[in-house]
Amino acid sequence: MLASLSGVDSVGVEGRAAKLATRSIKRSTKMAAIDLAISMVDLTTLEGADTNGRVTSLCVKAMRPDPRDPSVPSAAAVCVYPDLVAHARSVLGGSTVAVAAVATAFPSGRASLKVKLLDVGEAVAAGADEIDMVIDRGAFLSGRIGQVFDEIVAVRDACGEAHLKVILETGELVTYDNVRRASWIAMLAGADFIKTSTGKVGVSATQPTALVMLEAVRDFAETTGRVVGVKVAGGIRTSKDAIRYLVLVNETVGSMWLRPSLFRFGASSLLNDLLMQRLKQQRGAYVRADEFSGD
Amino acid sequence: MTEHELVNSQLGSLQYDPAPESAAIARLKPGYGLFIDGQFTDPKKHEPFATVNPATGESLAAVSQGSAQDVDRAVKAARRAYDTVWSKTSGPERAKYLFRIARIIQERARELAVVETLDNGKPIRESRDIDIPLAAAYFFYYAGWADKLDHAGFGPDPKPVGVAGQIIPWNFPLLMAAWKLAPALAAGNTCVLKPAETTPLSALVLAEILQQAGLPDGVVNIVTGDGVTGSALVEHPDVDKIAFTGSTDVGRLIQQRVASSRKRLTLELGGKGANIVFEDAPVDEMIEGIIDGIFFNQGHVCCAGSRLLVQESIADEVLRRLVRRVEQLRVGDPLDKNTDVGAINSAEQLARIEELVSIGENEGATRYTSSCELPSRGYWFAPTVFANVAQSHRIARDEIFGPVLSVLTFRTPEEAVAKANNTKYGLACGVWSEKGSRTLWVAERLRAGVIWANTYNRFDPTSPFGGMRESGFGREGGRHGLEAYLNV
Amino acid sequence: MSEDRLDVRKTYKLLINGAFPRSESGRSYEVLSSSGAFLANVAQGSRKDLRDAVVAARSAQTKWWAATAYNRGQVIYRLAEMAESRRDELAEHVALSEGLKARAAQGCVSRAIDRIIWYAGWTDKVAQVMGGTNPVAGPYFNFSVPVPSGVVAVLADQSSSLEAFVDAVLAPICVGNTVVAVASELRPTPAVLVGEMTATADFPAGVLNIVTGLTEELAATLASHEDVDGLDLEGVSPEAADALAQAAAGSIKRVLRMDGPAPANSIRRLRAFVETSTVWHTIGQ
Repeated sequence: MLASLSGVDSVGVEGRAAKLATRSIKRSTKMAAIDLAISMVDLTTLEGADTNGRVTSLCVKAMRPDPRDPSVPSAAAVCVYPDLVAHARSVLGGSTVAVAAVATAFPSGRASLKVKLLDVGEAVAAGADEIDMVIDRGAFLSGRIGQVFDEIVAVRDACGEAHLKVILETGELVTYDNVRRASWIAMLAGADFIKTSTGKVGVSATQPTALVMLEAVRDFAETTGRVVGVKVAGGIRTSKDAIRYLVLVNETVGSMWLRPSLFRFGASSLLNDLLMQRLKQQRGAYVRADEFSGD
Repeated sequence: MTEHELVNSQLGSLQYDPAPESAAIARLKPGYGLFIDGQFTDPKKHEPFATVNPATGESLAAVSQGSAQDVDRAVKAARRAYDTVWSKTSGPERAKYLFRIARIIQERARELAVVETLDNGKPIRESRDIDIPLAAAYFFYYAGWADKLDHAGFGPDPKPVGVAGQIIPWNFPLLMAAWKLAPALAAGNTCVLKPAETTPLSALVLAEILQQAGLPDGVVNIVTGDGVTGSALVEHPDVDKIAFTGSTDVGRLIQQRVASSRKRLTLELGGKGANIVFEDAPVDEMIEGIIDGIFFNQGHVCCAGSRLLVQESIADEVLRRLVRRVEQLRVGDPLDKNTDVGAINSAEQLARIEELVSIGENEGATRYTSSCELPSRGYWFAPTVFANVAQSHRIARDEIFGPVLSVLTFRTPEEAVAKANNTKYGLACGVWSEKGSRTLWVAERLRAGVIWANTYNRFDPTSPFGGMRESGFGREGGRHGLEAYLNV
Repeated sequence: MSEDRLDVRKTYKLLINGAFPRSESGRSYEVLSSSGAFLANVAQGSRKDLRDAVVAARSAQTKWWAATAYNRGQVIYRLAEMAESRRDELAEHVALSEGLKARAAQGCVSRAIDRIIWYAGWTDKVAQVMGGTNPVAGPYFNFSVPVPSGVVAVLADQSSSLEAFVDAVLAPICVGNTVVAVASELRPTPAVLVGEMTATADFPAGVLNIVTGLTEELAATLASHEDVDGLDLEGVSPEAADALAQAAAGSIKRVLRMDGPAPANSIRRLRAFVETSTVWHTIGQ
């Protein structure tokens, strides 16, 4: 359990992330990476103003991101609040796009366990394939690690067949040491995925944070044999950003994780930038944003 | 498949398309003369030699062999420039020349990076991100001393030494030129620089930059050639100061030659750096630091962390992670932006590495070598780690100067210090631990001129660099770096 | 086509947080050349402008100090590049403001540019000259580091419109402070030009703020402003300086009174707005 005990040197991890960001991904590798990234997008809408109409647009886009080009892969999932799961399910029907629901008093996590489990239960009953929960950062930061662990176990249980993504909210954990510890706690408690952020606080996914999480996932796989996925969310807007994350995955845990079942992007505007880059590679010229639907 | 195999088998297997930088950016000429008295000039005797791209074995350009007469011409030009121009040039004016040079290096950065990679064999990522920016930074830093030498701690009006003869190695050609020229010029000296015979090109481009900067004729002279040229410079009676960076063997010879003269001398020689890893080291960053310590620049680094001293309690785990990480290193075309490890600089150097590695195997150490494919042309050595190395093994004592790491263990901090210091060298060490007090305790006791804690191979113009004992004497960088070039 | 072409005259504005606003008071005052000819209507800054400038300086200071010394040096060097490329404009204003002949004015400009360069080269050396390790009698690693005081208010010299201005504002900036400067009341235009040049020299917004106006009206606000850490009183009369120093004492400001010109290589200005931070760290296995 060496790795779970070790600290993280922030200068070192940031330096490594910066070095990997200089990888030059061009031509066929770039095309493959763009398509891969598209297939990894959890197309997300998490606004108070969300309506059925909004969710319909999102689902249609997730299934067929570019209506003129059927070779563009579908997104991996849509990600919505629990009370919109049923509608998303009805629009998506039997498509490959999964329905992910945020739950457990997202984004703050500030509610009783009873309320959180009820939240999860309703989302699962409505047809969610995946649950994105938040850990109790208050408990974590005040040292009640056991409580954090127990909550994740309880939620995992309430998920039933649905997959559980555990949002660490790395922006609130702040230190890389905390991110590493929280990653291990989540995985030991049964997470299927560990996820960086809710996207609702100032600091979301960063490359060094993802690096720490990927290293944790790697070490966990080697120690226990269980493979856990990673989702980076919040602030990832460009193809360049997305490709940099894929490079991190490739050079930390390896290409087995380069598939939607083990790596996801929680994003909204990223999808259009991926589509634009894809088209640009094909046409050989920069394209307008208006080529693609706004949502 | 075991869990480890699961991860290992897929590591790095997303193939990257080649992403080559263009060699044409280097704008190489077919041949270069010597740079004496502000002009490119033919040597007295026409004996050009080829400088070769070590990644392919192909000739890049013809370079002149400077004879003793050429060296004499250069020293005379430097002396005249010193007496009539540079010693009368005020600090602020010298500063402005150096600032210009720094700026032009920045402007021509991409060209210089490609030249460096072609001539030296190092990955373009390193020449682009480290060598060239640092070279500019050294000029910027020392430019800023030229007009404030009275604050450097050497008295109110320190004077230069005069004419400096400077001999630099092939591992960081432009950067070493910057390390030598910048402080010398800032302090008011004039220079004759002798680049390494296998890597003269970036210095010759620097000569063009000096012309572009309007540096007065003769202030810097560049005489290319081999050891014979260097000897002539060392022995020239009108050189006031010799600065040499290179092997300890040659440094010894130079010190002997200069011993009975009044010449000032600084030497920056070899090393067998100990990278000390305690059990509480930050794991992943430590692995990167070990890798960086020995495979950065193909291990052609005097301060390389070529000995890993790992606490025995974590030795197996560290070795396992290290070997896995070594397998991931991308070895190949130095011009490819995704290459991590480039070519060995010359056939001679490759032969030396191979010889010592063979000795290591015969001594009984356990060898792990990356399974990477090596190009068929050029000079290449696959990154290699030797485990179960004993303190008495030659591969624990002799400088290999290549991508070869020797791994030894220790049990206590005292033992780590003793083993680290048990060498005739004393250039650099690394210490990995999350416990500050212990890091400082170890650092205090290490006989090394540079100690990196939780990092390795970090260079900065403000930070003095140099060795103890047979790694040489004198410091380059920082306020301390002025001392060699001032008459104090 | 007529040879006489009407030229476009410049409006001389304040520099606050990287932007060039007029005074919020809407006031301006006439600046005359040394021969009495009309030179410009220059913004007459108010207390509120100063308040905004201090906010900008404070907000910029953490980031300015967090930048590497190398980066700060690059930025200041670029100011020298800008000044050199606009040297004739600067010389013209120095000549008009101070009543100098062209050649003398060019001399001022040359010295000012060389001074900017002097400071550009100081950023990464201050720590080596002013800091160091201290051999305490115990198993501790002890080191002292010079850190900036914070926000420095500069009341620039009244007569030397360029050279003294450059010296007074760049010294605190180079060691990591941010500055709110009040330019010479009667000779403000060269300072305003320097301010314009910082915008193209990659100075982050708020590092240098310049308010033109009536010195003694503005000085009192800065002297008593509690969020100003340092005060340079060069541009006020000795009598006025006493009162201002008194006011500054209210928040224990670092007050600099140069009392006449210092030798060219003096670092008194650098040392005036620097604090020493000393760290002890145990040494042991």
